[in-house]
Amino acid sequence: MPETNTPYALIAEFETAADIMNAAVRVRDAGFRRWDVHTPYPIHGMDDAMGLKNSKVGWFTFFGGMTGFTTGMTMIWWMNKWDYPVVVGGKPLFSPMFAFPVSYELTILLASFGTLFGMLFLNRLPKLYNPLLKSRTFARFSNDRFFIAIQCDDPKYSGTETRKLLEESGGKQIHFVED
Amino acid sequence: MADAVSSHGALKVADAPRELERVPLVLNQRPMGWISDKIAGIAEGKTPRWWWIAFAISFSVMSLMAGMIGYLISTGVGVWGLNNPVGWAWDITNFVFWIGIGHAGTLISAILFLLRQKWRTSINRAAEAMTLFAVACAGIFPLVHTGRIWFALYPGYMIPFPNANSIWPQFRSPLLWDVFAVSTYGTVSLLFWYVGLVPDLATMRDRATTKVRKFLYGLFALGWTGSNRHWSNYEKAYLLLAGLSTPLVLSVHSVVSFDFAVSQVPGWHTTIFPPYFVAGAIFSGFGMVLTLLIPLRSVCGLQDVITVRHVELMCKVILATGSIVGYAYGMEFFIAWYGGNPYELYAFKNRAFGPYWWAYWSMISCNVISPQLFWFKWCRTNVVFVFIVSIFVNIGMWFERFVIIVTSLHRDYLPSSWGMFSPTYVDVLTFVGSFGLFMTLFLLFMRFLPVIAIAEVKGVTPQADPHHALGGAKGHH
Repeated sequence: MPETNTPYALIAEFETAADIMNAAVRVRDAGFRRWDVHTPYPIHGMDDAMGLKNSKVGWFTFFGGMTGFTTGMTMIWWMNKWDYPVVVGGKPLFSPMFAFPVSYELTILLASFGTLFGMLFLNRLPKLYNPLLKSRTFARFSNDRFFIAIQCDDPKYSGTETRKLLEESGGKQIHFVED
Repeated sequence: MADAVSSHGALKVADAPRELERVPLVLNQRPMGWISDKIAGIAEGKTPRWWWIAFAISFSVMSLMAGMIGYLISTGVGVWGLNNPVGWAWDITNFVFWIGIGHAGTLISAILFLLRQKWRTSINRAAEAMTLFAVACAGIFPLVHTGRIWFALYPGYMIPFPNANSIWPQFRSPLLWDVFAVSTYGTVSLLFWYVGLVPDLATMRDRATTKVRKFLYGLFALGWTGSNRHWSNYEKAYLLLAGLSTPLVLSVHSVVSFDFAVSQVPGWHTTIFPPYFVAGAIFSGFGMVLTLLIPLRSVCGLQDVITVRHVELMCKVILATGSIVGYAYGMEFFIAWYGGNPYELYAFKNRAFGPYWWAYWSMISCNVISPQLFWFKWCRTNVVFVFIVSIFVNIGMWFERFVIIVTSLHRDYLPSSWGMFSPTYVDVLTFVGSFGLFMTLFLLFMRFLPVIAIAEVKGVTPQADPHHALGGAKGHH
């Protein structure tokens, strides 16, 4: 395979979930940092096999929810008690009781937006260009094959050694993807 | 103990009981490639003739609704049959009917996800789509029922925007809570649905054969590469959205029930309404899911993915929620008597034996009696039979809302203010037309998007499990 342009990553294909899991453990233990596993569906236990930490999406959800609840309560207090108070049925101008349903819905609304945008931000998506998607072989990640991609700028990366590691882990069709 | 010791004196150990095999969620051990081909294939290739025929019919029916709404807006609400005392009639009946339908989609996508019911993966995509389209149908009725709809937004009775005298909407009213509940519900359902779609849009992108398809699916797939670093955040986000949607869906129909329960009208002013409405909503929604999915699985040849077991499990949900609804009907009557309020008691006697007795007994036979057939396995596993019962559930739940709204309003405190309601052709055709909108949206969905969550279904097959022999594991069973 002639490699004229800058190589971006070395990718290897695997046929079964067990194979990719074992290979991921070996790549993790070899100390690589800039690498990833690409699978058609999330494999249970892969986060541990890759040595990933718990996702931080929850924080975005939490702050989104807090913002929603505060917005709801403040908005209702400001509109009905402060800006233009109107007595209806002799009831209090503001009470957290009647303000609750709307604040509750806003909590859920903004927590959901926080979750979605938090997830996209942490994943750096949307990504309009990804060299991996240029590989015809790699396109099967969304069908029925499993891939490991080790980026060439990983400090541990070395042409022959890394290829050997992937071969020994059972990787097939090992090839470079150019940037 | 004598049996346990053999003639040689050695202890005999009985074989460990064999692990029970789970019934597979995808039949015939279909490989992952088959799942992609089968499901994505529905949205690819030449448009089948049946689709064009169905689309033409749905679109015409939808146009009928557009015409009726045009007539309503240009003329005024006098073209409807509502009157004084029955100021809410078909419009709000239809609103509650459609919004209730949506609840099954969220139950399947969120609550069954939290309860780790893996069978949900085959039906959640279509059910969530149904939710979105049902909410769209529902939203039309409160929007148009006030006549001068341009006042819905400015000056706002729907959104917090001060009117001409700078007065804000007042938040003590459940009607305003409802605006927030339904719009949040629609928005969050859309987000949740879209998040679920992203990996499958990547599958569609990677299979696309034309430039336009590759670009459009690629755009909405956001550059998804199935990276496990992404899956890790994605799965957390999905779990959180499920956790947020669960209290949301329970709150939406509770708030819808507050529209009635917070008022003083006999027959509406009851505390049983929130749980009773939520159960009824899930009941009606599962009815509609079955009405849609039973033909879908036959037409698209999806019997290996949406199996008879899926149908059976949905029937069990219908049986459970239908029984809760039946209990609520009974309890309403009991409290009407036990509460000692003569107006409340009259409202219920009038429901069952007054001039709208036929609506009440249609409701009872469809909602209370028909689901009880699902105690029998034959009834749950015969898809044609299930389809027929699901139609009865849909009819019954429409009548439930009609009974609650019209029979309570037409005779309340003062006999001098009693009246009757009968719909005009505009009422009827607007409602019929909303089915056209619903079906049009559903047909477009199944033509352009994967009707089943491809990535999720792959994840529940045995070959997806790295510890299963089919997933490549060595030395396991």
